[in-house]
Amino acid sequence: MQETPNINYINELAGDDEAFKAKFIAIIKKEFPQEKQEYISYYTKRNYINTAAVVHKLKHKFNVLGLQQGYRLAVTYEEELLEENTNLHASFLNVLETIEVYIKDL
Amino acid sequence: MNCIIIDDEAAARAIVAQLCSITPNLNAIEEFSSAIEAIKFLNQNTVDVIFLDIHMPMFTGFDFIQTLKNPPKIVLITSDKNFAIEAYEYEAIVDYLVKPITKERFEKSVLKIENAITNTPVAPTNTNEQSSINNELYINIDRRLIKLKFNEILFIEAQGDYIAVKTETKDYRVHNTLKKIKEKLPVNIFIQIHRSYIINFSKIIDIEDNSVLIKKSVIPISRSNRPELMRRLNLLK
Repeated sequence: MQETPNINYINELAGDDEAFKAKFIAIIKKEFPQEKQEYISYYTKRNYINTAAVVHKLKHKFNVLGLQQGYRLAVTYEEELLEENTNLHASFLNVLETIEVYIKDL
Repeated sequence: MNCIIIDDEAAARAIVAQLCSITPNLNAIEEFSSAIEAIKFLNQNTVDVIFLDIHMPMFTGFDFIQTLKNPPKIVLITSDKNFAIEAYEYEAIVDYLVKPITKERFEKSVLKIENAITNTPVAPTNTNEQSSINNELYINIDRRLIKLKFNEILFIEAQGDYIAVKTETKDYRVHNTLKKIKEKLPVNIFIQIHRSYIINFSKIIDIEDNSVLIKKSVIPISRSNRPELMRRLNLLK
């Protein structure tokens, strides 16, 4: 079963600080689509070293959004991309799309 | 304590800033998305602590540290633990935080900073230590420390933010720079022959024009590195 994103970590850090929570959500809404686009762009150009670097950045967001399986997938995928092995692309893209849908509703 | 935060990801900076804001006696006075911006700031200002991301484009956290003449206390922050060994080679680094950082772990880090500032010795939380044995090198792959004997290494190739260490039996990719690994290699065995290659001198099979052959790999020699390579050859004229 596919895991679903959550903002439990952010809620814990924010406590009663609604301003921080709003600020963080705004950042994610801005930064995530840019990084997703960057990922697709490098992947399409078969620039796998730069693709791996973007995966490295995105995996932090997976962690922050509580996607433990997604994080582990990203760790493996980052390594495999450096071997020019793109077998996990579809699964990785699936995680990105799950996040994209989730953050639209935040 | 005044601190600055350096991380190319805005989301990561926001988290550290929030952790600072809920910690007594810790004021995040500036945030920077690149190390270059931070260097400009530090040329005119002093701080007690830097929270520093390692993995940044163009200029890594370690490159940044090397530019500081009198570094303040530094806490490294990253998404993985592959840099843990290198981290403890720098006296200024007092701790190493892996994302996502919890409040509890951050509080421990702040205690370490306070202790370090008052010169109390503090043991690192991460217990990986680098071997001091002289004929080998440990590299960190997927949280495992793998021992490589110098005489097993054929050559090392820079690949973006990574280096590929080619040995007789296996290839390893490590999140690091050619510059940093060069510092760990004995100069009597290894030589840099190109900006992207360091080779084990004893593994050369032959040299032809602007390349060397090692096992089945042809490695380019740059014009600037060629004189040093030629000087070291025991050449029968």
